[in-house]
Amino acid sequence: MRNEAGTAVIHFRLNGEEVRVEGVPPMERLLDTLRERIGLTGSKEGCGEGECGACTVMIAGRAVNSCLVPVCQVEGEDIVTVEGLASSESLSPLQAELVAAGGAQCGICTPGVLVAARVLLDRNNSPTRAEIREGIAGNLCRCTGYQKIIDGIERAAVIERGESG
Amino acid sequence: MLADTQVFRPGSVDEALAVLAEAAERPTILAGGTDLMVLQNAGLLRADQVVDLWRLDELRGVCSADDGRIWIGALTAFEDLIGSELVQEGAPALVEAAKTIGAKQIQSRGTLGGNVANASPAGDSLPVLLAHGGDVVLQSARRGRRKVALDSFFRAYKEIDLEADELIIGFLLNPAPAGATSSFRKVGTRLAQAISKVMICGIGQLDGEGRIMALRLAAGAVAPVPMRLKNAEASALGKTPAEAASLVQAAASAEVAPIDDVRSNAEYRREVTGRLAARFVSSL
Repeated sequence: MRNEAGTAVIHFRLNGEEVRVEGVPPMERLLDTLRERIGLTGSKEGCGEGECGACTVMIAGRAVNSCLVPVCQVEGEDIVTVEGLASSESLSPLQAELVAAGGAQCGICTPGVLVAARVLLDRNNSPTRAEIREGIAGNLCRCTGYQKIIDGIERAAVIERGESG
Repeated sequence: MLADTQVFRPGSVDEALAVLAEAAERPTILAGGTDLMVLQNAGLLRADQVVDLWRLDELRGVCSADDGRIWIGALTAFEDLIGSELVQEGAPALVEAAKTIGAKQIQSRGTLGGNVANASPAGDSLPVLLAHGGDVVLQSARRGRRKVALDSFFRAYKEIDLEADELIIGFLLNPAPAGATSSFRKVGTRLAQAISKVMICGIGQLDGEGRIMALRLAAGAVAPVPMRLKNAEASALGKTPAEAASLVQAAASAEVAPIDDVRSNAEYRREVTGRLAARFVSSL
């Protein structure tokens, strides 16, 4: 309960595997724990203030900015990062369609966009373009102008529904 | 240094209040972190002690109170407000406002209690709470619970009626009356992520003859505190929407106290407040 020593041991589930992190300051950003301590560098830091969404990860099925989550708050939680979106060496349909549509250019926003899109599609398997826009409104992209990202997500939804088209 | 910060993670409200009661100086209270962590990341947070409320599930959720009001636990995230049928029915403007707070990544984590405790004049939920009216429920270890009317809770810029050993437990919100029209309007650079330039929330109702019998208007980002537009409200009562619109516009523009800042200027905010208030009244 009380953290007398200034550091803590934190347990959580990360991309389906149990993780234990020792000696971590409880107010450390989840983003830093993921990147610096665990070595998963897929989640990016853009702004560090919750504006850009490049650090988006999923906690308990919700999209969050990992730069705004102190790691003490993820004790016992289930976290999915961009690394958890593909189950093997091949890309998931969402990832493949984003690439095919030209929705990934410089790549900094891409991991966050993918996680936000995954949360959207998990809740709504046939989103309208307006709903896709809303779903990724917290992810800034300075390359694509968003249309190609929306195209890719829209196409991924079709494939995930099994309508090959 | 991060490692120098002592973090308490109480498992109950009583335990959290005991920490506050023992503390010589009020610790920093952490809820969803969407404001606090921005300060920490910018190097602006000086916190020796943090009390993290995140585990306190007893402060989460929405339910109907015995007196018919809507109980909203302080730790309820905006995403959960958006998804609550009780809020959709009784306070649809709160759903509208919650949808404009940051984006999904903020709505999943940011809490109503945190928005209120932060007490920014631009806090998006605050005009909605004022337009509905109701009580803020506070609790301390020594004095138990007390209620403060929302109308008197925001006292000055970022200053609220909260003692050093108290926590915000939740809100008892008056639901919009059956048949009333309610609306939340935010003007910002874009809908998502942008900090508001002007916000208006209105709840109004016509009588059988088409005259305004009830009207509550509140505005945000146009004064040091979120505020009711009481002169505008009074100017409209007993009139038809068409008669009231220009009176409401003039009164609302006159009673706000906006500033010039990086997001907008006082003249624009004054003008837009009046127009949004008039537009709402015209929609009744």
